[in-house]
Amino acid sequence: MTPSNTIAADPIPEPGITPGTGSQQKEPVNVLIVGVGGQGVIMVSKVLARLCQKSGFQVKQSEIHGMAKRGGAVFSHVRFGEQVWSPTIPAGKADILLALEWAEGLRWLRYLNPRKGTFICDTQRIVPPFACRNRKMGAEQTYARETPSVIFERVPNGYAIDASRMAEELGNIRVANTLLLGLLSTALEFSREEWQSVITEFVPPKTRELNRQAFLLGRNWVEKAIQEPGLPSEENTEKVFFDPQARPRIELEITESWCKGCDICVKMCPERCLRLNEGLVAELSDPEACTGCRVCEWLCPDFAIKLHLHPVQGNC
Amino acid sequence: MNEVCEARPMIGNEAIARGAWEAGVKVAAAYPGTPSTEILEYMGSYPSEDLHAQWSTNEKVACDVAIGASFEGVRAMTAMKHVGLNVASDALLSQSYIGVNGGLVLVVCDDPGIHSSQNEQDTRIFCQLAGVPVLEPADAQEALEFVKRAFDLSEQFDTPVVLRSTTRLCHTRSLVRTGERLEREPVGFLEDPQKNVMIPANARRRHPKLLERMNALKQHFDDPEWSRLEKGDPKFGVVTVGPVYTYVKEVLPGATILKLSSSFPLPEKTLREFCESMDRVFVVEELEPVIETAMQSMGLQVEGKELFPRIDEFSPEIVRQGFEKAGLLEVDENREEWEIQPMIRPPVLCAGCPHTTSYMALRALEARVAGDIGCYTLAAVEPLRAIDTTVAMGSSIANALGMAKAGCETKPIVATIGDSTFLHSGIPPLIDAVYNQANITVLLLDNQIVAMTGGQDHPGTGKTLRGEETVRIDYAEMAKACGVKWVRTIDSYDVAAMFKNLREAVDYPGVSMLISNRPCVLDPVKIKGEPLRIDAASCTGCQSCMNLGCPALSWSGEFHEGHNKVRIDPLACIGCTLCAQVCPTDCIRPVLQEAA
Repeated sequence: MTPSNTIAADPIPEPGITPGTGSQQKEPVNVLIVGVGGQGVIMVSKVLARLCQKSGFQVKQSEIHGMAKRGGAVFSHVRFGEQVWSPTIPAGKADILLALEWAEGLRWLRYLNPRKGTFICDTQRIVPPFACRNRKMGAEQTYARETPSVIFERVPNGYAIDASRMAEELGNIRVANTLLLGLLSTALEFSREEWQSVITEFVPPKTRELNRQAFLLGRNWVEKAIQEPGLPSEENTEKVFFDPQARPRIELEITESWCKGCDICVKMCPERCLRLNEGLVAELSDPEACTGCRVCEWLCPDFAIKLHLHPVQGNC
Repeated sequence: MNEVCEARPMIGNEAIARGAWEAGVKVAAAYPGTPSTEILEYMGSYPSEDLHAQWSTNEKVACDVAIGASFEGVRAMTAMKHVGLNVASDALLSQSYIGVNGGLVLVVCDDPGIHSSQNEQDTRIFCQLAGVPVLEPADAQEALEFVKRAFDLSEQFDTPVVLRSTTRLCHTRSLVRTGERLEREPVGFLEDPQKNVMIPANARRRHPKLLERMNALKQHFDDPEWSRLEKGDPKFGVVTVGPVYTYVKEVLPGATILKLSSSFPLPEKTLREFCESMDRVFVVEELEPVIETAMQSMGLQVEGKELFPRIDEFSPEIVRQGFEKAGLLEVDENREEWEIQPMIRPPVLCAGCPHTTSYMALRALEARVAGDIGCYTLAAVEPLRAIDTTVAMGSSIANALGMAKAGCETKPIVATIGDSTFLHSGIPPLIDAVYNQANITVLLLDNQIVAMTGGQDHPGTGKTLRGEETVRIDYAEMAKACGVKWVRTIDSYDVAAMFKNLREAVDYPGVSMLISNRPCVLDPVKIKGEPLRIDAASCTGCQSCMNLGCPALSWSGEFHEGHNKVRIDPLACIGCTLCAQVCPTDCIRPVLQEAA
């Protein structure tokens, strides 16, 4: 980010989108910070809000508490300027979208100003259990397919950084948010000293030096990224897990005369697709749900269950 | 905390607490509930010489505590979420007849958009029912000021006053200028049985007084100090109130706006005059058409809910779309549509959450489960999917009782209820179940904190709001005293014990109570034990551990026979061992053990 595209809290010329009103309103600067519960989204937004307040701006910072820390998506709107009305940023008006996690960044793209917005994103992927739901053989993880290069073709300014790994190498993955603050600092008109003094207010005294290093690392990364233009490295962008080979037809053979109805297979089946029939013999109650994991086959004390995998022709 | 006359950033809830402190509040009580919880936490940060702040077992108790303090002539406040008012309403609807001695303010926080609730009811309609005025601040600064004005109003008009906030206001941080605390001499108890004792004869005399008071308030709100007229575009006018005002200013900075402070009772004269000078008048209010309907009944022509929805939280976009529909704004073409949809990221039970085992066992048992309000509602979805109903605070036990008495349920009936919810409103239904000899099992999920709202103390933690030691409730003894004969306490992390005891509990004919007992992993202290790791060579990708829904578990990228092998995130894993206990191939072990 060169000084020419730093975002200042000065009036930003907006085409006339508010007919019926005569007044020239100074528009606030909008920074949307998103991530996953526990990553430090709120800390980042508090630092920014405090910095804006110290610099004499009116500032509003809005987030939703509640179930957020239970691994859910977290977002915080920070708006500052001479006059800030709404505590939330209207869609398409975020000057900066700062994402602490890749998929969360993607989720909020429609809030980014399509003409001049800057998208800053940690390429770290936090895969929720929800994305690992399909248990069938060769199942895909449903995270997000888009890679930084795809996204950066469409956003006005984009920066993808492997901040979490850099923070880990520095000594603690938890300073990834401070590292991203270092990146953010180059996009806003506050001095390095101002940033660092406010960050010091918010981090535990023991971690001050580590946070100082993380901040500078993020700040210097930007200069390097500008000197070596081009798309960001995608080495950390993990590919979607997918094994197209393995989609056979599953057959579960149960030898009724060997089954004594002990219920072990029924109780231990991860897909809960077995049951005891009226004659207290195990049967597959939901063939669609069976993934062929073999737990029943291995655990049956009477060798009454056998799994057969039949290759399906034409399924590459 | 107590510096005077400086501006600093505060969330709305902190500003409300500050306003109450400045107003000289002596007693504040609440039951935690998102988004209102922080109000009492901030109250507890003021010196105990200034005020008594406490957690109560439920909202009605808290409201009655505040009412009691008001009887003694001191200023008192209670705070609650919108559905908390349903619980407290019994007290409020009588107290509105009685009035106040010391000022009495109820802060009620609505949750438009249902961020963390079971509905999005509009508190203002409750205020109409109770006949009490409601003030609606637009931002944190106004919240502080309105709390102080609410106390003055309460004493001036001898009425409880409701201050309505919303999730957005509660949790938005903005600059607030603070003032000094007003110390008031206590008035003392006023002996006046005809006013204070609501027997029918007295209540009949008080009801007309309430109506007179509402009339007087209506005229009082016509005073310009209660509404602000912002002159702008003369072609149309906007009537609005609360945080929605900031959205209107955002999208129509030059509009003519009448910003009200209260939506009940309404300043009729002011509204009539405003409408007379305008060709078109719009009412923009979140949730129910309270102002709109009242203005229409005054015979005023207004537009409202046909443009601005009756559901969901408002935003600048929603308000903008309303004015676009009205033809006052051109459709905003300047938006980029992104077809990208990453997987959803719903909240999940934490890694090591002690609720996990309970619901795993309930699903295996194929029980009919009446759930309750708490973090454990997250067990209603896959992969645990073990809750059949969730209604309201404390409903589970009586719901289970009703299911049993319906006489047609073939599955074992189990009520699951958290420790704090049990204390809130689970005890009367437990007694009811014993009294009516129901065959149900109550699974008390005792994680020793109010977890969902961020870790507040309650009578089962043995600590007060200010963290002082106090009496600790013993649930097993309490259940026995209520007549429950089968009571057992087990370790939530012992999967086998949970399965075995739960089966015995449902086999017991009558009310049985199983108490699963492990502290929440987040509060009061964050629990982080040695993480486990998966021996990839032995993992067969059977997904048994994935059935826990633990956020520390995900796929490793390796396969066994086409099945995704699992990995454990060592940062997220707290070492609860649940996954190791359910693993059929025994491939999950502590990292330490491996190193040794």
